[in-house]
Amino acid sequence: MNAPEQKALLRGAKARAPHGVGARLPFVDGVEKVTGAARYTADLPAAGALVAKILRSPYAHAELLEVDVSAARQLPGVRAVVTGDDCDMPYGVIPIAQNEFPLARGRVRYVGDPIAAVAAVDEQTATAALALIRLRVRELPAYFTAAAARQPEAVLLHDNKPGNIERAVHNEFGDTAAGFAAADLVREENYDCAEVHHAMMEPNAALAVWDYERGHLTLWSVTQVPYYVHLTLARCLKMEAAHIRVIKPFIGGGFGHRTECLNFEVICALLARAARGTVRLQQTREETFLAHRGRPESQVRMKLGLSRDGRLTACEAEVVQRGGAYGGYGLVTILYAGALLNGLYDIPAVKYDGYRVYANTPACGAMRGHGTVNIRFAFESLLDTMAAELGLDPIEVRRRNLLQAPTDTINGLKITSYGLPECLDWIEAASGWKERKGKLGRDGNIGRGLGMACSHFVSGSAKPVHWSGEPHAVITLKLDFDAAVTILTGASDIGQGSSTIITQVVAEVLGIDYSRIRVIANDSAITPKDNGSYSSRVTYMVGNAAAQAAENLKRLLVAAAAQRLEVSEAEVDWLGEAAAVVGEAGRQIGFAEVVEQALVATGTLHVKGSFTCPPEFQGGKQRGGAVGSSMGFSYAAQAVEVSVDLDLGKIIVEKVWAALDCGFAINPMSVEGQVQGAVWMGMGQAMSEETVYENGRHKAANLLDYRVPTMAESPEIEVHIVESIDPNGPFGAKEASEGPLAGFMSALAAAVEEATGQRFRILPITPARVFAALADQPDAVAPAPTLARGAA
Amino acid sequence: MAAATRRRKEGHVKTILRLSVNGKPREDAVADNTLLLDYLRDALGLTGTKQGCDGGECGACTVLVDGQPRLACSTLAHSVAGSAVETIESLSHEGKLSQLQRAFHEHLGSQCGFCTPGMIMTAEALLRSKPAPDRGEIRAALAGNLCRCTGYVKIVDSVAAASRCGEPRA
Repeated sequence: MNAPEQKALLRGAKARAPHGVGARLPFVDGVEKVTGAARYTADLPAAGALVAKILRSPYAHAELLEVDVSAARQLPGVRAVVTGDDCDMPYGVIPIAQNEFPLARGRVRYVGDPIAAVAAVDEQTATAALALIRLRVRELPAYFTAAAARQPEAVLLHDNKPGNIERAVHNEFGDTAAGFAAADLVREENYDCAEVHHAMMEPNAALAVWDYERGHLTLWSVTQVPYYVHLTLARCLKMEAAHIRVIKPFIGGGFGHRTECLNFEVICALLARAARGTVRLQQTREETFLAHRGRPESQVRMKLGLSRDGRLTACEAEVVQRGGAYGGYGLVTILYAGALLNGLYDIPAVKYDGYRVYANTPACGAMRGHGTVNIRFAFESLLDTMAAELGLDPIEVRRRNLLQAPTDTINGLKITSYGLPECLDWIEAASGWKERKGKLGRDGNIGRGLGMACSHFVSGSAKPVHWSGEPHAVITLKLDFDAAVTILTGASDIGQGSSTIITQVVAEVLGIDYSRIRVIANDSAITPKDNGSYSSRVTYMVGNAAAQAAENLKRLLVAAAAQRLEVSEAEVDWLGEAAAVVGEAGRQIGFAEVVEQALVATGTLHVKGSFTCPPEFQGGKQRGGAVGSSMGFSYAAQAVEVSVDLDLGKIIVEKVWAALDCGFAINPMSVEGQVQGAVWMGMGQAMSEETVYENGRHKAANLLDYRVPTMAESPEIEVHIVESIDPNGPFGAKEASEGPLAGFMSALAAAVEEATGQRFRILPITPARVFAALADQPDAVAPAPTLARGAA
Repeated sequence: MAAATRRRKEGHVKTILRLSVNGKPREDAVADNTLLLDYLRDALGLTGTKQGCDGGECGACTVLVDGQPRLACSTLAHSVAGSAVETIESLSHEGKLSQLQRAFHEHLGSQCGFCTPGMIMTAEALLRSKPAPDRGEIRAALAGNLCRCTGYVKIVDSVAAASRCGEPRA
């Protein structure tokens, strides 16, 4: 049963109760986190485990002629050494783009590419063994920018990808030529965004146990996607999936870094099998940076047409992404950028050309706001610039281009709920926009400014990566003699609070006490398969599955209560912790007694719920049209106030007002936390974060040089929740975690423009850039136009 | 190679470390090159103290040494001989969360939870020396502890809530 048929669910504000959905419930796994009892992968007890280390390539691009591990193998205390010879199966999250090996075979493609790995009795021995491995290589030309990799004479990183283009996308919807011809103002600008990384607080780690007698493997890892890890282990180790168990313990954030199986997970398993024992592989922070999978360095050329009254007539965008050495999610990222040009505003014609380019840097991947963030920076920035030219207010120009939900976009997305107008109204009022925009003035050497922008994101990709015909989400509830309800879910709580949301949904439907509900998550031997925590799919999809499972269980309980009370089911007044006869409050039985009756003749109950996105939501017919499709889009607007030291170039973000349409807030406190985190992560990208490679070597692979904003530099972020009540979301809910990020960059650039007179088209807007711009160095503000020419 | 082997062997030379951890006196044979973080996690099983970086970047390993916040990842265990070390595991008493723990839980100062132990220990040191800090003082005192989930707002909320409780501190 799909959500549209779930009429029984209470929706929206009417469902608000202190008990279930709508409650500001602290996380169900929160106590462990504040007491230190929560065990993350590196905390798992494994007495006597071997210690693993990885030898990484010091070359950015080279043929591997020989990897001599003989001396390492002979070192006392070494229990296993593995190389590319131990796994000849390429892997990758997208089935049609699998071109990565856990350990390099024949070629290394970035500084840090794993070549060999060792398991030894202790860390010192493992380190010493790595030093004994001898490499013989033939160095190849290496490319550190998309432009260099695309030169006609460039050596190919992957032989089947001419021009080092992983994927080129060319789409046009509507008639852009006619749109531009009809416009009163057409402008085109280039925008550059540096590569950024997730920098989740927990470094990568895995623990693998090889059951030698049975030939079975158990792996604990930091993954957001245990199911994909499971499939990859089966593939790379050439094992039956049934002989593998994958468990996700507490994990310290993800933000997309862990939405695909990563090489260290396979390496840890290969070592455990080779050593016939237990292997612990803890990655340093530097190695975690080298696993990368972040947002690519991007060049965006953006062209918009506006009528005199501010109506968008056409949009043409070209994006070049430096994808790094391997495929990963790359083709999805480059498709996302084009797809979500649509769905935020009403644009009659959109043309998109995207180029995902291989280069000799760590592979990029999915990062919060996957694919949509940098192009949103460009779009919102140019819209502001053009509105100013036409004498239009930035909020007003956006109001003139709103969608009317429900509607289908020109590229086949379905918009079923749309709270952007209310988001705009709130940030306008809360920030004092009308009274203050353009009037903040200057205070000595301190300039002040206010800016705003909008953004949106999917609530789960409507078409899964593996189209197996299974539902998108399955959840099981177990009810037993103890009158406890155990939620069995494969949904990965990575700190975003998914276990709490699922619990609230079940508590709402059943009406029972939280103390009866427990969540068992992410053990492939116990819990149902789930695609994982990415594309903000869990609240929407698993939330719907949980609601359905709880409804199914409730039906059984009501039937049992009717039997015990000797009335018809219609006469049962379900009170959650008790069941009564309608109109006779005195005739009631407690929950435990209902359960006792429900188990008669059947015993332990396992009740399932599932959820599937129907095909009509799965995007347009164009190639790659499924990417960007979703059953519900979140909408966000934010206003940012800054002060800028005009002598030093230092920007201080004074305050952010962020409004999010998340459909319905199942947990408003958690929604606020997600919005604050997303806005702040956008701030890091906008102001300071940047990976830096020098001849392919990562120069900022630590948390000092990779400048994450500290608490002292971070603003207060006031959050307003708009509830548009999505017709298909659980209780009307949509996603809350990714949509609010992408607006920050352009809102900041607008605020900085008001403060300094300079509109930055390069990220991050560092103090050095502001300083240079104020000293009239134009290249600090905007990229050279030639850089963004994809056709070059 | 010979020198490396010698250094490795020397690293294994253990001497007795006497200190108090979470109020309990301890005497353990600990190698001279052991970091306080590894001593707490590997020898004592106190895995609440986290390692988030390669040394002194993130604050996740913050513990209190004689009441002062200290990065356990950049502290040799023997350098705190004779001191009182407190970790996150010491804060909850008889099944009752400390004010800060309760505030972080109830105000969502913790999302993924990985930075939380270090964050709470730094905040504990702050509130002991300054029971009612304003938001700016909280932000300044905790600026060495990175969090990647919360945007910090609810962490500041949590510390502010704990500071307002007015109950006597441990």
